[in-house]
Amino acid sequence: MLRIERLSGGYGPTQVLRDVTLEVPEGEVTCVMGRNGAGKTTLMRAIMGQITRSAGQISLQGQPLQSLPAYEVPRQGIGYVPQGRRLFGAMTVAENLEIGLMTRGKGAQTRETVLALFPRLRERLDQAAGTLSGGEQQMLALARALCLDPAVLLLDEPTEGLQPSMIQLIRDTVTTLRDQGVAILLVEQRVEAVLNIADRVAFMEHGRMAEITPAQGLVPDGAIFQRYVGV
Amino acid sequence: MTRVLVLHLAVLAGLAALGAVLPAYHHGMMARILMLAVYAIGYNIAFGYTGLLSLGHAMFLGAGMMAAGLWVQQGGSAAAALGLGALAGLGAATLTGVLALRTAGVSFMIVTLMFAQAFYLTLLYFGAITGGDEGFPLPAAGRQLMGLDLSQDGPRYAVALAIFAVALLVQLALVRSRFGRTLVAMRENEERSRMLGYNPFTTKLAALAISGLFSGVAGAGYGLLFGYVGASFATIQYSILPMLYVLLGGAGTTLGPLLGAVLMFYLIDTASSLTELSLAVIGAALLFLVLFAPKGILGTLRDRGIRWLP
Repeated sequence: MLRIERLSGGYGPTQVLRDVTLEVPEGEVTCVMGRNGAGKTTLMRAIMGQITRSAGQISLQGQPLQSLPAYEVPRQGIGYVPQGRRLFGAMTVAENLEIGLMTRGKGAQTRETVLALFPRLRERLDQAAGTLSGGEQQMLALARALCLDPAVLLLDEPTEGLQPSMIQLIRDTVTTLRDQGVAILLVEQRVEAVLNIADRVAFMEHGRMAEITPAQGLVPDGAIFQRYVGV
Repeated sequence: MTRVLVLHLAVLAGLAALGAVLPAYHHGMMARILMLAVYAIGYNIAFGYTGLLSLGHAMFLGAGMMAAGLWVQQGGSAAAALGLGALAGLGAATLTGVLALRTAGVSFMIVTLMFAQAFYLTLLYFGAITGGDEGFPLPAAGRQLMGLDLSQDGPRYAVALAIFAVALLVQLALVRSRFGRTLVAMRENEERSRMLGYNPFTTKLAALAISGLFSGVAGAGYGLLFGYVGASFATIQYSILPMLYVLLGGAGTTLGPLLGAVLMFYLIDTASSLTELSLAVIGAALLFLVLFAPKGILGTLRDRGIRWLP
């Protein structure tokens, strides 16, 4: 589905990613873990074309993405929920969803499918996004990305700062999407969450892809987590 | 949508009724204000809805006015002059946008100001054609629109109101359309819009071009209704005025430009008839606005309860 080959890049002259190779297959959750500054968020931003990519290839279903301008990447079917949600706070829930729907010309059917996943948003359609609770904002950020009907979904720490019931809802949604065939690349720091949800875990260190391993068989206090995440 | 439409139609009906009862002096003033409100609507699309703070809109107003004026001076019809004015505003804004939208924020303000100043100086340089600083009057024969003599108070007000009505309703349709939502998203956060698949450059260019079209129509209309065309309408003062109207009435509200234009126009008129320190009075009013209603009158009302106000 999404293939990243020997990708290097960073912020201006500062190189952060070095030779990163990773595949995100259809219907799987690939978790990216690593210490702060390992390059997890930078990898997401590089895929979305938001930072300078100095070398390497990114392709979606065989189609190269690395030469596209940033605004073209979502149109190819990649939804991105960045850290901190980044909603349009002054716009209503309905308007935020509409902005997502318009990207790829999706209509009422997609909107209904998305709202079925997050019934609470349906009750808040006319409310300004900036006035929602943290959990509801995260729902909206995810819902807005889903309005693109994406083949690949990038989620950067989607459960950060949320209460347990909301974390469970987000996880259930991710599982549902995976079962529907969406390829999911998830940055997550909680080992327990990763073991619950991931099919594969990719560990990053100093901007490089250090190790990629199936999630099955990993244990919470395993040496691999201590080495790359420090827990 | 129904109450929004009713509100706008009620405002238009109120303006039509006003035309029937106003004394001659205010009749002329209101016609002038309506044209300036059309200009402010154009400015509102760029600044209020898209977040483009321009100091070059006087060029779009002046281009529309000059194109229409020169056309009528050469014997062209008033209807075609309006269309030509719209095209001139659109063209000037598009050209400016292609170059100026490579910058943002303060740089955008300065670049648009430079373009407008260059345009103003060009009008002066070609004074033999444009009339320079003094401008030129339009022949009465050219100021006939669909059988209406625009030099007469009644027809002048009616045409001003008709142009304003079209501008207001087009603005309403535009900002409530999907494209309008994109403009607001761009104003809210350009980077987030890009992340969702929107091209900031083309979106802002389209907004500026539409804004220029409205400004061009306002310039052409103003020239035709009041029979005078001059380079003074391309000075920086005319770039600042619509900003003040929009800020006072409420940036990003459909009726804010009209309300701001009415209040500011009468504030300036009244203050200057009472004191030589009229600018100090206007300054104090703006200070009051910034302190107590930073989102303008209608923007503040919307925040404080009338949420459906577009």
